Amino acid sequence: MLEAKSLTKSFSDIRAVDKVSFSAKKGEVVGFLGPNGAGKSTTMKMITGFLAPDSGETFVGGLKVSKNSVETRKLIGYLPENAPLYSEMLVRDFLQFVAEIRGLASSSLGKEIERVVEEVSLEKVLDRRIDKLSKGFKRRVGLAQAIIHQPELLILDEPTDGLDPNQKHEVRKLINRLAQTKCIVLSTHILEEVEEVCSRAIIVSEGKIVADDSPAGLCQKAGPGGLIDISFKEEVKEEFRERIAAFSEFREIHEFQEEGGGSGFRLFLPEPSSNGDFEGLESLLALTKEFDLTVVNMRCGSSRLEDVFRELTK
Amino acid sequence: MNFGIIKSIVKREFRAYFSTPIALVFLVVFLVLSGFFTFKMGGFFERGQADLRAFFAWHPWLYLFIVPALSMRLWAEEKRTGTIELLLTLPIRLSEALLGKFLAAWAFIGFSLFMTFPIVLTVGYLGEPDYGVIWAGYLGSLLMAGSFLAVGMAISSMTKNQIISFVVSVSVCLFLILLGFEPLVSSFYQVLPDWFSRHLLNLSIPYHFESIQRGVVDAADVIYFLSLIAVSLMINGVVLENERGN
Repeated sequence: MLEAKSLTKSFSDIRAVDKVSFSAKKGEVVGFLGPNGAGKSTTMKMITGFLAPDSGETFVGGLKVSKNSVETRKLIGYLPENAPLYSEMLVRDFLQFVAEIRGLASSSLGKEIERVVEEVSLEKVLDRRIDKLSKGFKRRVGLAQAIIHQPELLILDEPTDGLDPNQKHEVRKLINRLAQTKCIVLSTHILEEVEEVCSRAIIVSEGKIVADDSPAGLCQKAGPGGLIDISFKEEVKEEFRERIAAFSEFREIHEFQEEGGGSGFRLFLPEPSSNGDFEGLESLLALTKEFDLTVVNMRCGSSRLEDVFRELTK
Repeated sequence: MNFGIIKSIVKREFRAYFSTPIALVFLVVFLVLSGFFTFKMGGFFERGQADLRAFFAWHPWLYLFIVPALSMRLWAEEKRTGTIELLLTLPIRLSEALLGKFLAAWAFIGFSLFMTFPIVLTVGYLGEPDYGVIWAGYLGSLLMAGSFLAVGMAISSMTKNQIISFVVSVSVCLFLILLGFEPLVSSFYQVLPDWFSRHLLNLSIPYHFESIQRGVVDAADVIYFLSLIAVSLMINGVVLENERGN
């Protein structure tokens, strides 16, 4: 359905997107994940034909976007960042405008509007002005215009950004519902969203793809095992570092600086904890006692997407 | 070019004027100012002639400020709010969006101009005007407004900032007026070679408006205004395409 080949785009001397290639099929929900400014929105703008890439090409439904921009845009439903809308319009008029431009036959126009209104629950606000709506409703209007023509490819730029938890949940439910019949590419910097709705996650950093896998696969990459985070009130001595490094239980050790000035460690275990026991925890605590360190924070768990994300986009 | 799409855009844009205070403010200011210019500055009654010269003579100056006030938002606002991304990712050609927006704004100015009809009734009541000259005046005025509008719209496409858009548009339109401004023309043009000043004068808006408003609808004048509109729309298109990297 969608194929991006080596998309590259620079703004003045900043390379916003650097040779991004990926493809997506019907039934897939691809999460574009990355810190702010990683090039997510720019990539989406190129897929939708709003921006032309400096080099590279996008194919939508087998058609070159650069050569058939009007045709490919017919196949795409797009929710731009911050869901911009013509705020002085009534919701109904706005949807009608989009439907007209999208070339929906006037006989089926009313029915299609009814369908999307029901799908995103806009019944209550249909005759209100868009600028009088809450953020959540505005976002739903944005989604409604993106799906009014039943597109095969849906591009959603931060669809849940700025919404409250309930609204976020609603939008994610809708995405899950739509996912069965479409190819969806969405961008986000919210990791739980990826785990909740995406079948695939592409992590971008500084314009480059740094990982492309299922959310579970990415977690595996971070390390198959569990992890222990531990923070101390004090700075640790060099000897402590050496002793902890000598532990065979830990596959990998990262040290980090706590904001208050203390030291923190992230210790990766080779195996996930199946019974809640964390190997090495006992000896770690014994060592802590020996060095007379004050533990201010500790977390035991399995490595999460967040860890992968932090690791890859540092 | 799909006329159905252009129609939808014109409809949306035109309605937007009336669902915001723009229409009301524009109409009131336009009508009050044209009344002021006609009766106070133009000496409509004192002239004792049943024509609308006093009304039309000030139109270049009236449009100089009022048309950029209307055109300044055409693209700048779409850019600031991000709706340009929504509009230009719909399956439309840029030319359709351009024409739709332009025609809606032009139609709105046409509507405002239409609202000055009481003045036509007034001259008709007071004397026996030559209606041919009056219609020519209206045609010239509408063409001139369209030219200012297209220039202003092209400038609006270059910025997100409506104030910049307004100030630059007024300056460019002022330049187009001054090229044919009588006091300036008579002194300044004398020092220039004859052929050069003739060309400059030919580029000026008042030069062409003057002759239409006298009742002589010359094809050259109409073509001048239409070309000014076409060139401005083309520049507008190039600016937007260029910005998107095409």
